[in-house]
Amino acid sequence: MSAPSLSPPQATPATSLLKTLGLVSTVCGLIIVGAYQGTYDAAAANRRLALERTVFKVIPAAKSMNEWQATPQGIRPAGGEAAAGTVKFYAAYDVEGRLAGIAAEGAARGYADAVRILYGYSPACQCITGFGLVASKETPGIGDKIVTDKAFLANFAALDVKLNADLSALANEVKAVKHGSKTNPWQIDAIAGATVTSRAVGKAINDSAQQLLPKLLPQIEQLRKKES
Amino acid sequence: MNDLSQARNFDEFMEGIWRQNPVFVMVLGMCPALAVTVSAVNALAMGFATTFVMVCSCALVSLMRRIVPKEVRIATYIVIIATFVTVVDYVIQAVSLELYEALGAFIQLIVVNCLILGRAEAHASRHPPLAAVNNALGMGLGFSLGLFALGAVREILGAGKLFGVALFGANFQPWVVMVLPPGGFFVLGAWLLLFAALKRRKEARLAAQGGGHGA
Repeated sequence: MSAPSLSPPQATPATSLLKTLGLVSTVCGLIIVGAYQGTYDAAAANRRLALERTVFKVIPAAKSMNEWQATPQGIRPAGGEAAAGTVKFYAAYDVEGRLAGIAAEGAARGYADAVRILYGYSPACQCITGFGLVASKETPGIGDKIVTDKAFLANFAALDVKLNADLSALANEVKAVKHGSKTNPWQIDAIAGATVTSRAVGKAINDSAQQLLPKLLPQIEQLRKKES
Repeated sequence: MNDLSQARNFDEFMEGIWRQNPVFVMVLGMCPALAVTVSAVNALAMGFATTFVMVCSCALVSLMRRIVPKEVRIATYIVIIATFVTVVDYVIQAVSLELYEALGAFIQLIVVNCLILGRAEAHASRHPPLAAVNNALGMGLGFSLGLFALGAVREILGAGKLFGVALFGANFQPWVVMVLPPGGFFVLGAWLLLFAALKRRKEARLAAQGGGHGA
């Protein structure tokens, strides 16, 4: 007759369980909200700084920047509702407020997850003048060479992204080609051993430039001087 | 009396750092230990983040130990741990985005680090707050030390750097596999081997001593 001893010695009533969980959740909720509020400004400032740093890196002459949107109807300063088909870009200015270059983001699938980059565009030569990584999870020591390999970076000294005659798309598709087989200024010589990541950079630039440049270039005069 | 309890506290504290080291002795929390230790900075950041979560949640679990019914204790501990992980997540974003990107999903995964839940359940729920914090701090620092031992070796061999400072000349050809996933296992295996050898030597010495006294 050991049945009575098998039943739980003292079952806690449900209300007490609920009360405990409610109390714990309330305390935890307060802690989370407090931490979110406390760190929000610093985190936002960090993100802005990181973006600025990348923009200034791909456009070395830049000292300040404005965020813009390119829509099918033209370009306008960022803010308000972003309709479908708009592309975000950054207009960077030098010390005297002259346009130093345009920066925009691109993304493409790499070896591991998306490779997100930011590239600098010079309207004067209609070419890409550099790129920087925004986020990537590429293999350390292999795929992450795209930002350190000098021969690879030389591709972006003046990567040709001229528009075609009716300004509807790039004249030549930007593309990464196998290491050592680059023949045209719109091709990217891939890093041997990191072809997938190199291709991702090429595709990211191509996809973004095809979207942005046909909308942007006809309007470039609007951006010549920095708006105060 | 006071000296005695102080000594005991210190013992308890050192327990996590040395005798019960989470990485090298208990072999707990291997997921972050292998995944994020590609550099010394990442390893230390992960270690300190885990320490912070462990100390705070153990303190709260210990404070609530009398009012939490046993039926819901695991649920309660997980909620508490998840709270402090969220806090750490926000704080790291505010401190350095670079670090945040590097640690990636492993910050959120601190929630399911068995080490923390184990401390909350096995220690903090049975001891007053100060003792719980003391123990958690020791364990956390032990964990950080373990991660650092992995991260430093992997960064030196795999990238030729320590804390981002190049140690060897430009001609150094890094041993890339060390910063890839297999490197984590190699280095962990080597450290475990070292610790097992140390332990065996100590046991042999103790046995020799004990035999001498006993006879």
